[in-house]
Amino acid sequence: MTKAITVSGLHKSFGRTHALDGLDLEVASGEVHGFLGPNGSGKSTTIRVLLGLLRADSGAAQVLGHDPWTDAVEAHRRIAYVPGDVTLWRNLSGGEVIDLYGRLRGGLDPRRRAELIERFELDPTKKGRTYSKGNRQKVALVAAFASDVDLLILDEPTSGLDPLMEEVFQRCVAEERDRGRTILLSSHILSEVEELCDRVSIIRKGRTVESGSLADLRHLTRTSVVAELAGPPNGLANLPGVHDLDVQGRRVRLQVDTDELDAVLRSLSESGVRSLTSTPPTLEELFLRHYQDEAAA
Amino acid sequence: MTTFALRARPGSSRQLAGTGTLLRFALRRDRLMMPVWIAVNALMVLSMPNTLESLYGTPAERADLIRQMGTNSSLRAMVGPVFGDSLGALTAWRVGVYAGALAAVMSLLVVVRHTRDEEESGRQELVASGTVGRRASLTAALLAAAVANGVLALLLTAGLTGQGTTGALALGLGIAGVGMVFATMAAIVAQLTESARLARGLTAAVLGAAFVLRAAGDSATDDGSSVLTWVSPLGWLENLRPYADERWWVLALLAGAVLLQGAVAYGLAGRRDIGMSFLPTRPGPATGRLGSAGALAWRLQRGSVLGWSIGFLLAGVVYGGMTEGAADLVGDNENARRIFERMGGRSGLTDTFLASMTGMLGLVAALYIVASVLRPHGEETSGRAEPVLANAVGRLRWAAGHLLIAFGGSALIMLLAGLGLAAGYGKETGPILGACLVQLPAIWVIGGVAVLLHGVLPRAAAAAWGVAGTALLIGWVGPALDVPQAVLDVSPFGHLPKLPGGSMEWGPVVVLTGLAVVLVAAGLAGLRRRDMTT
Repeated sequence: MTKAITVSGLHKSFGRTHALDGLDLEVASGEVHGFLGPNGSGKSTTIRVLLGLLRADSGAAQVLGHDPWTDAVEAHRRIAYVPGDVTLWRNLSGGEVIDLYGRLRGGLDPRRRAELIERFELDPTKKGRTYSKGNRQKVALVAAFASDVDLLILDEPTSGLDPLMEEVFQRCVAEERDRGRTILLSSHILSEVEELCDRVSIIRKGRTVESGSLADLRHLTRTSVVAELAGPPNGLANLPGVHDLDVQGRRVRLQVDTDELDAVLRSLSESGVRSLTSTPPTLEELFLRHYQDEAAA
Repeated sequence: MTTFALRARPGSSRQLAGTGTLLRFALRRDRLMMPVWIAVNALMVLSMPNTLESLYGTPAERADLIRQMGTNSSLRAMVGPVFGDSLGALTAWRVGVYAGALAAVMSLLVVVRHTRDEEESGRQELVASGTVGRRASLTAALLAAAVANGVLALLLTAGLTGQGTTGALALGLGIAGVGMVFATMAAIVAQLTESARLARGLTAAVLGAAFVLRAAGDSATDDGSSVLTWVSPLGWLENLRPYADERWWVLALLAGAVLLQGAVAYGLAGRRDIGMSFLPTRPGPATGRLGSAGALAWRLQRGSVLGWSIGFLLAGVVYGGMTEGAADLVGDNENARRIFERMGGRSGLTDTFLASMTGMLGLVAALYIVASVLRPHGEETSGRAEPVLANAVGRLRWAAGHLLIAFGGSALIMLLAGLGLAAGYGKETGPILGACLVQLPAIWVIGGVAVLLHGVLPRAAAAAWGVAGTALLIGWVGPALDVPQAVLDVSPFGHLPKLPGGSMEWGPVVVLTGLAVVLVAAGLAGLRRRDMTT
């Protein structure tokens, strides 16, 4: 599988702050890749390096086969970017900005443009200064989705969108993926990432701490189990990988390392299972685990 | 977008809640800007008696001046009529209108900054959500302007007491009064427009109109009695006649205008929604034709290029029309002639006048080029450059559009100034155009410094204004103050041949142009290598 983005050992400091500290990132062509991390962990800095706006101190980066610093213009023909905070020119209308961005990239599909404006319920005749935060984001999103490009780089693109528009956004991303486009999605809305992304990378303090498919990542974490048993539970506390065990009569709640799930289920069925709920870890739990590790560190 | 809906009127005492806090906050935010404006204004006025003393020391010289002003209508248009021959009266004549205009600019900036600017940026929403009355912000802004104008009036009165206290008080109050007329005018305009920039522009346009009306009135009559003069607040200041049998009742006109305009602003402010305005924003086109970074740069700067072009053309026509008369006047005064000669060339007084006017326009054009060169810097710091550069637009291409407008635009406005001068003067088109264009290398050096700062030290880019300001100060004030040549040489303008009249020297022109090229190249090289600021 070809790679749309490969980054290895990226370093970038601003004065004494080490924004990126050996960051790695791989995004395969045609996938939707979630890019997660707490505020200030270096997501936007990474994206700005990938766009050639910042120059990395060391490390290697390739975007669509180009060096993002020396070959920025070539790479950008096939890239559309949506920042988390879109600023527009006060006296240009939204429609003018959409067309400008389209022309400055690989071109714009007018039919798709019209369709997107309708779906996002955007008034393209308003001037930049009169748009609300959410509507400014829509201007950039319409320009990105309507552009003829291979890679979309979206940096917290849905900030300020209402839940209905959030849904439109998610459908658009799914459509883009179906067309074979690659999407790097930096987001704090974990349900959105869980819904859309094939693979995710979690970064912390400028370093990648987890990377893989959601199934892979879940494997590394705990599943919560709630069971009602026929008889009293037996020996659960001694099993490896069991945490937060809570037994009330015949009702059992516990967390188990996903690797050890099998042994726990066997032990439960020895007592006779009346009902069983097993919940895989949500991305939120996954994320919080890394985040709390950081807080503890 | 406006709402005139009848709503329950909150208790009037609560409408001003929080004014004191907001006023202190406004004064703190303006703690640098306000003192600078006041100091520059006061220095300009207070240094005038000495300057005039050296220029028109004897009664004969003063009588001569007054006779000249009586007959030369184009000079009256520029500075107004003389009403007395004391140093105080001459000071009021020479700088009164300009000090009033300066106080007006300060006042309109202060008021718009604390009203419409705050609303436009969204900061006002947070402020207004506190225990702050509906009219507190407007009141605080007007009080801040009143504090600034009050301090100015105090300084002027105290500083001019040597020429007579009564006249000093009249001039100080008159200048501060004009300031407050435009403070309340800005308060009205800030209710009408949604954009602070437009509010500043419109109020400044009213000020410009006031100046033009006074100028037209004064060119028609030699005693300020024209209706046109009486329509203009700047004309009132002149007709207050400080140091020449003051007409105190004119102050009532100023006070009346302040009260009336203030009442209108208050009425409007209480009747609209926050962030909204009485002039609706027109919708724009649903599709656009902009297709390149260069086209975008032109779209962003074309309004400013147009404004500067019109201004320079008109200034050229006006100065051109004054040339004959000005030369007559200067010819009678040894000191003035010496200053003009230091500012300009050596032969022929019309040539010297034209040379000093083209030199002055060149200095002002340096402000244009700095504003234009720093436009990409504004784009960068506002976050608008980032998504543009994330497209297939190289940094050099992005900057080049703006630089073309900056450097080419400076040539355009100087050319238009030259055409205006030639049209107004009616002869010597070739030499006048040459004199205007010969300013360009020095203008470009200033522009080059701005490019270098933006490219290499983006955080210090605003220092380019300081560079242009220094050149302006040296060029305007230097010759009159007998500043040593070494200081005059710091400014690139000091090295230009004095045209028309002087001989054309290619050496400095070539060297300055080369220097500008090197500065621009170094700046662009820096821009390519550095991180974009975010």
